[in-house]
Amino acid sequence: MITSSEDKSSVMAVPAASNMRLATRLRRSLRRDPSLFFMPALLIVSLAITVAIHPQFSDFDLQSLAMGALPLAFAAAAQTVVVIAGGIDLSIGSVMAVANVLAASAMEKASFGQSLLLAVAVLLAGAAIGALNGLIVVLSRIPDVVATLTSGFIWGGVALVILEKPGGGAPQEFLNLGTGTLFTPWLPNALVLLVAAVGVIWIPLRRSKLGLQLYAVGSDRIAAFRSGVNIDRTRFAAYIFSGLFSAVGGLGLTMTTGIGAPLAGVYYTLSGLAAVVVGGVSLAGGRGGMLGPVMAAFVLTLIPTDLIFLNIDPNFGQVVQGTLIVVIVMIGGFVDMERNRK
Amino acid sequence: MSEATLLLEACDVAKRFDSVVALKAASLRVRPGEVHGLMGANGAGKSTLVKIITGVFPADGGQIAVKGVVRSFRSPAEARRAGIVSVYQDPALVPDLTIAQNMRLAGASVDAVRKWLAELGVVRVDFSLLVRDLPDPTLRLIDLARALSWEPAVLLLDEITASLPADLSEQIYTMVKRWRERGNAVIFISHRMAEVSALCDRATVLRDGVTAGVTERAHGSEERIVALMLGAETARAVASAPSTRAPRQRSGDAQAALEVRGLRCSPLVNGISFKLYPGEVLGVAALEGQGQEELFDCIAGSRRYDEGAIFAHGKELRLRHPADAIAAGIVLVPANRLLALLQQRPIPENIALPAFGAIRNWGPIRIRAERMRVESAIGRLQIDTRAGSELRRLSGGNQQKVVIARWLASGFDTLLCFDPTRGIDIGTKRQIYALVREIAAERSAVLLFTSELPEIALACDRAIVLFGGRVVAEMPVSEADEATLLRSAHGLAPLAQASS
Repeated sequence: MITSSEDKSSVMAVPAASNMRLATRLRRSLRRDPSLFFMPALLIVSLAITVAIHPQFSDFDLQSLAMGALPLAFAAAAQTVVVIAGGIDLSIGSVMAVANVLAASAMEKASFGQSLLLAVAVLLAGAAIGALNGLIVVLSRIPDVVATLTSGFIWGGVALVILEKPGGGAPQEFLNLGTGTLFTPWLPNALVLLVAAVGVIWIPLRRSKLGLQLYAVGSDRIAAFRSGVNIDRTRFAAYIFSGLFSAVGGLGLTMTTGIGAPLAGVYYTLSGLAAVVVGGVSLAGGRGGMLGPVMAAFVLTLIPTDLIFLNIDPNFGQVVQGTLIVVIVMIGGFVDMERNRK
Repeated sequence: MSEATLLLEACDVAKRFDSVVALKAASLRVRPGEVHGLMGANGAGKSTLVKIITGVFPADGGQIAVKGVVRSFRSPAEARRAGIVSVYQDPALVPDLTIAQNMRLAGASVDAVRKWLAELGVVRVDFSLLVRDLPDPTLRLIDLARALSWEPAVLLLDEITASLPADLSEQIYTMVKRWRERGNAVIFISHRMAEVSALCDRATVLRDGVTAGVTERAHGSEERIVALMLGAETARAVASAPSTRAPRQRSGDAQAALEVRGLRCSPLVNGISFKLYPGEVLGVAALEGQGQEELFDCIAGSRRYDEGAIFAHGKELRLRHPADAIAAGIVLVPANRLLALLQQRPIPENIALPAFGAIRNWGPIRIRAERMRVESAIGRLQIDTRAGSELRRLSGGNQQKVVIARWLASGFDTLLCFDPTRGIDIGTKRQIYALVREIAAERSAVLLFTSELPEIALACDRAIVLFGGRVVAEMPVSEADEATLLRSAHGLAPLAQASS
């Protein structure tokens, strides 16, 4: 690793952080994680483009955007936790499908109160599935990719066993949690739910010792071990959080679609991973945050919407979407390269 | 001395990795209030013993007792709670976290670490900087300060001075002595004999995974340590090896194998010029961070330079990639062996990798031709191939030999050696320098940077000294004694004028 002279001199010259100006701190955190600037900018640009090609953009369009992005954002959040800890979880889509069909088949004739209790049970089930994934990875020492890919097949099968074909349902009040609006039609419940769920789970985690350990294990496993971090326990915990976020995503699917569909979740494994990469989280682990991937989920949802507004053949649309993802990731790579050259 | 008063006792510790026996019967007895040297050639098992004592991995046999109680630690954190802390060869700091976060991660108090850093002479460190943005010497001191903040009864220092500049090493000696005065023990691992004999009260010498002997500080202990390290016959062979070399003459009108003219690479290289002739070993001496790394990177094609030109045999080179340098016959042996080698691949493949081009440009590789080249290179360098398949199982010295072997197998014109003996034992060091002389005798040119100044006299024909990114002195080897080099390297005018 090449360290620049600027960095060397700063070791001796920069005063302690406590009396550092806010601007300096902001500049430093942007330098460390350019996606903090890049992702909001990209989201605003995508929204501006959408409004430009579809000037009658209404509160309804915003609601469907939030609803469309909700499951993807949770899939991205689930993947982010594992990737930061230096792993990868290819079973997220299947776990979402299990949560989706579990909820839809159990809540069909339930009251609102019961459905909330059932939702808690589904969350626990998701966390338990995540724990199982974690156990396989930690105990067997099988590479994460292989372990979660294969367990993904199992949970995909389980989803089909629970609900053979799309069906089921949930009480309207429960669906409203993901489809309605709060106070004003411009504030969709889906957005509120997303911010609340990610905030309640991620922010305390990020600030805890466990959060620090997740980053440490992803960044340099040996150094983390020598610093006294229990590697296995940390990786295990990452998978539990992944399962939990996947279950929230499955519930989100139930709310926004109103039914359970055993095959709907599968799509979210790879597009969630795309959101993680676009959102500036290093697949090598240890770098990135939660804001980027969640915003990237919205950008990735906007792209097909815009293509529909433009009347582009949906089959060709996927080519455009793929190309855009590659371009975004490339720009991120160039920014990183430029930063390292300094 | 009764057993109960020992701070730490390791008894007949054994460890094997698959088929490789790292330790057979290593014993170590450390008293309170002593600095205990742990010596041994590369692959003798020092690092393995340190890792077993601190719980990085379990021993296969033998036992460890702390203050008379038999213990076996399952992790460094557990060893730390029992008062045993190690500073490993590479800093145990997580690169993507800030220093403060690293301290929190390990449960160290930031205030205590700051206090110890101040004692080590480092003040005004910004703890909110990311570890990966900091230079290596600073990280080493932070690692040490963190270890000290736990107030360990036994502190293990594994080659902590290996890549530190002289002034920082001095700080560490002072700290080690202070730690001893408090009734604690320090286990000190180093390849620098002068350091060990100045600092250590006693030394345990390992050879091939067995404790070969323990020396008390006394007159002549250095020779005794060397003898124990090498075993009787090897010691005699090495002692008579290199110093008989006659100084080389170079013809004035010969064309330079490598010429560097006005090289600038901001901010550390500020106009370096020199010539290197065929059959010559040119030593480069410099303190840490005087532009030597950048200079070598530029010549090897792995870094772009801003200004200046590099010529090989009178022809200007356009170096955009290491492949360009290799094509021009300029090859690099880097200090960090890990950078040059494929850790997971077998030794022959590592050696053959750059030679594939020479064997055949396209299509299937001619396996027989490859094997013959590789085997001759392995034989010539006396690489210990017991470890067999994967490169990462080799000891550091043997890995370094593999790096040189690959270039011998592929052929080259100019060899750039950047601190090739860092962290390598004396026996292997001498083998490597004998090899460098042999290469020069075959009319190849060698540019050699070494962080250990006495080695310039050992291997080179001529020396240049870098300071602040410039060549500040040039001298024939006869004048390049340690004192002269050290003065020039600090930017002081040489006592005698450099010969023109």
